[in-house]
Amino acid sequence: MDAIILQILNGLDKGSAYAMIALGLTLIFGTLGVVNFAHGALFMLGAFCAVTLQRLLSLSYTVEDPTQKDFLGNPLKVDTPYIVSWFGDSAGNAILNWSVPLAILFAIPVMLLIGYVMERGLIKHFYKRPHADQILVTFGLAIVIQEIVKYFYGANPIPTPAPDVFRGSVDFGVMIGFAPNEIIYPYWRLVYFFFSAAIIGAVFAFLRFTTFGMVVRAGMADRETVGLLGINIDKRFTIMFGIAAAVAGLAGVMYAPINSPNYHMGMDFLVLSFVVVVVGGMGSLPGAVLAGFLLGVLESFASMNEIKSVLPGIDQIIIYLVAIIILLTRPRGLMGRRGVMEE
Amino acid sequence: MTKFQVNRRTLIKSGAAIGAGLALPTIFTSSARAYLNEPKGDTVVLGFNVPQTGPYADEGLDELRAQELAVQHLNGEGDGGMLNTFSSKVLKGNGILGKKVTFVSGDTQTKSDAARASAKSMIEKDGAIMINGGSSSGVAVAVQGLCQEAGVIFMAGLTHSNDTTGKDKKRNGFRHFFNAYMSGQALAPVLAKAYGSDRRAYHLTADYTWGWTQQESIAKATEAMGWETVNNVLTPLAATDFSSYIAPVLNSGADVLVLNHYGGNMVNSLTNAVQFGLRDKTVNGKQFEIVVPLYSELMAAGAGANVRGVFGSMNWNWQLQDEGSKAFVKSFGEKYGRPPSNSAHTCYVQTLLYADAVERAGTFDPCGVVEALEGFEFDGLGNGPTLYRAEDHQCFKDVLVMKGTENPTNEYDTLEIVEVTPRAQVEYAPDHPMFAGGDLGQCNSGA
Amino acid sequence: MLGLSKKDTTFLLIVIFLTLATPILLQPFPEGSPLAQFNAGYPDLMQRFAIYGIFAIGFNILFGLTGYLSFGHAAFLGVGSYSVVWMYKLLSYNVLPGLILAIITSALFALLIGYVSLRRSGIYFSILTLAFAQMSFNLAYSVLTPLTNGETGLQVYTDDPQVLMSAGAPTSPHLFGIVMNESTKIDVNGWQFTFSNGYYFCAIIAIVVFYLSLRIFRSPFGIMLRAIKTNQTRMSYTGLNARPYTLAAFVISGMYAGLAGGLLAAMDPLAGAERMQWTASGEVVLMTILGGAGTLMGPVLGAGFIKYFENIFSKINDTILHSWFSALPDGLEDAVVFMLHPFIGKGWNLTLGLLFMLVVIFLPGGLIEGGTRIWNLVTGKSRKTRSIVKDSEHQPKPPVHVN
Repeated sequence: MDAIILQILNGLDKGSAYAMIALGLTLIFGTLGVVNFAHGALFMLGAFCAVTLQRLLSLSYTVEDPTQKDFLGNPLKVDTPYIVSWFGDSAGNAILNWSVPLAILFAIPVMLLIGYVMERGLIKHFYKRPHADQILVTFGLAIVIQEIVKYFYGANPIPTPAPDVFRGSVDFGVMIGFAPNEIIYPYWRLVYFFFSAAIIGAVFAFLRFTTFGMVVRAGMADRETVGLLGINIDKRFTIMFGIAAAVAGLAGVMYAPINSPNYHMGMDFLVLSFVVVVVGGMGSLPGAVLAGFLLGVLESFASMNEIKSVLPGIDQIIIYLVAIIILLTRPRGLMGRRGVMEE
Repeated sequence: MTKFQVNRRTLIKSGAAIGAGLALPTIFTSSARAYLNEPKGDTVVLGFNVPQTGPYADEGLDELRAQELAVQHLNGEGDGGMLNTFSSKVLKGNGILGKKVTFVSGDTQTKSDAARASAKSMIEKDGAIMINGGSSSGVAVAVQGLCQEAGVIFMAGLTHSNDTTGKDKKRNGFRHFFNAYMSGQALAPVLAKAYGSDRRAYHLTADYTWGWTQQESIAKATEAMGWETVNNVLTPLAATDFSSYIAPVLNSGADVLVLNHYGGNMVNSLTNAVQFGLRDKTVNGKQFEIVVPLYSELMAAGAGANVRGVFGSMNWNWQLQDEGSKAFVKSFGEKYGRPPSNSAHTCYVQTLLYADAVERAGTFDPCGVVEALEGFEFDGLGNGPTLYRAEDHQCFKDVLVMKGTENPTNEYDTLEIVEVTPRAQVEYAPDHPMFAGGDLGQCNSGA
Repeated sequence: MLGLSKKDTTFLLIVIFLTLATPILLQPFPEGSPLAQFNAGYPDLMQRFAIYGIFAIGFNILFGLTGYLSFGHAAFLGVGSYSVVWMYKLLSYNVLPGLILAIITSALFALLIGYVSLRRSGIYFSILTLAFAQMSFNLAYSVLTPLTNGETGLQVYTDDPQVLMSAGAPTSPHLFGIVMNESTKIDVNGWQFTFSNGYYFCAIIAIVVFYLSLRIFRSPFGIMLRAIKTNQTRMSYTGLNARPYTLAAFVISGMYAGLAGGLLAAMDPLAGAERMQWTASGEVVLMTILGGAGTLMGPVLGAGFIKYFENIFSKINDTILHSWFSALPDGLEDAVVFMLHPFIGKGWNLTLGLLFMLVVIFLPGGLIEGGTRIWNLVTGKSRKTRSIVKDSEHQPKPPVHVN
């Protein structure tokens, strides 16, 4: 039992990342009708927002310390971050320590801007083009973004730790009536889950309860009619692209402490998030979220030893196997709409 | 099949004989070629085939730095580095056999196909006579096979799988790096000393050939020390989040976690394991520990604070204090402003060893070079007295047991040397079961 | 000739000529000149041009004609390679049995995957094919290692049975004694041309399959496939069932991919699992779109374009840059090298990504449209005639450059 609860937690955690990326992808499909192969790259850029802020905060001045030697035997260069010298040891180090949560504030405007520029500068010209052209241009863009990041940050993963408060793990089992030490789960992963639930909830609330959201939903259902009503739907769709980019970016920022970011992490998620979107059903936001969590949980279950010993290698293929089964039994995924991306 | 090979000079000479100004294409048959890519001019071309894109790009970049440095030293530029400490003294800094050393570089992408394409282009297009570099065993085995078929020498870069000099060994290929078996033999006694001989180990193993040989080696070696292997779980190579594999570890009754992962896999699995608080736990009355059998500087940097206090093994490290290592670190550090990684050291040393073997053989003919390298014993290139064993082309030298530094003083201070395991302790018979099968075959000069 | 119209015959003859002359055409710069770096006339790359050309031609039969975008064609490439290497291991190094087996197994595999995946259309179809290919790749890399030799790649060992291997037979891939990796080098006043057996073997097969695809494009079957792309609903209202046609197209293009995979192993006796990964499937999609989907020559151009950048640009390093610009004053030389540095060597991906974007932004019809525009400029055709050419999208366009 405890093992199953642990794997559900793991699955929800993985699902959080899948769901947030897939949500953005679906928004872009649904509103703009664009296949965005650069969406994984946006997730990666989010993670590098955290890395960048960490670097900016730890910008340092250098003093040579003659009492210590570096690897060549020259006097050691000691770096002191400006932040530490301005705010004093404790406050300065605390700010450094909290760089990942602070990066959320940094990432929102940056990602909105990147999304806006991407849509206005490039994607806009591809609304009327075939999906194949959209794939080619966004894939090219994804490579370019990746390579630029690689040029500045290298190919090696960059450790981006969470604040000390969130290090280590919590005894989750005790909270729900298990014996101590049975279900132990890392703090930060719980934070990640609740964070993503909040973001997803916020996006849904925004679409459901605001006039802006209502217009966007109407536009998703029937773009032409909304346009005929004299509403500038394009402008709103541009904003939605920015929001989708920001959601992917935030998923990336908070993911940085879970696994050290590297420049190709976006590609690792790209294919998976497409599978998630399609399994959820094209054009359905709840479908994308549901599929994200479902595949996350199933993936975790498949990696349990009890299951692997019966079906060796099942954890390698589970996501694809489930995708095939769902698509064969439900023609448009879990909650897809008729006629979206079916040609 | 007849082979036509006429270089420009002979062509001009013969052209004069036929009649100057003859504009028609002139074709001559020649059987002058003794072996593939025989250097005819005053230069010789070496091929450096390293990952430049993909997850190991930084590792490849460091290898390329070292290879460029080696070429400089061979051509008599710079401070000579390890040429001054090398026990063989035939290299004079005037190139190889008086020919200036030039090189071409390529991208393996850490994919067998791309690596072979890149190596082939060096051999077919640029006339490279030796291929060096790489950062995974799959690539090393693939390129080694290619070099055997084509008839050039292959000096495998970073490759740690037992198979490279086991069932996939080839006459034209040599490995300077150590292997999984040696990691196990070096690590086990240190682990037993530090953590006691009554331990229960849980293995997470990357599900591909290197992972399996690594797991087998370390499990055998630790079991010989009295450890028990509780479980071995295979993880997909493409996995990025290891939480679902790590979560069951705590309740499995194991008190040591062995991560048979490399590169991005290792960085993520170690980070995840530390996140789950494994290292703060006490199981069976003992402190829970994590072991990473194969370390590299870049992985340690990627995992950050998570490596602190974690044991692993390495081929070489810049903190070694022998004359050779010091000379290399000095010239590398002065040129690039950073200490070399252990794969950089391997590639640097291999380039020198190849050049030295050519000088001693007096020819670039791969068969001559193979003969000169087989059973070659030397010193002064780091790791103490070293042997290139003739039977399987594996290199035997001291192996390093490392530990993550507890209080790093600078960004390169991530790992510290715990023990230099003497060569005798990691030696094995050429027909050891883990290396069984395979056949060196005959040397191929591509003639 | 051969059941082709006069225009198509000329087109085919041009293609044949360009393919056979590739070893000369791709070697425009003399040996030893600084620009020799850009020569692509060495056996391995020429073979890859031909093989990936076959792969892309086959993919185009499915995607270009029916509009079904498969994201899992690499699975067939991998199956083809494994078939050939297994035939080496069991029989001998003769490539013929392996290639036949490669076509058969990939056809069966395609029949299976196609039968299931074609129950859906659009992106649902794409994801189904992707899922099958990724499953094949993941299993080949791990659980199926006894069959595929996993990460290392399937290769021939000296203790393999090789029952048909006679004493004097070649120990590398050959066709009845014609050894694939042998070649004839000819030096002509500083130019060096390499005529490789392997390349000509691939080239002849490529011409044959190109001819077949030409016939398919022009056949009633091809017209039917285009009807599926244009309007499947209307087609079913006329009482035609589209499924058998799309399935046939899927299997044919799977066989092309299997043949291409088999040829990869015929040139180089090793089959790696990476050939089945989604990146490999994505690559052929990119090749086809980049060159111009639905055109006959486009996919081949796209294949050549991508393979050229992968193999040539990744090998340019700073030392080479310095040697090119050594004539410039020192400061300027360093500046130029610094400017170019991000785009060459380890940055070849960046160059490729930028070119993808530029091509798709400025040449909506792919490289083939660029070729057409240049051709029209040269022949001085007016804009008016060009729009007619554009309408008859599937008419062959005189290629400016092949491979």
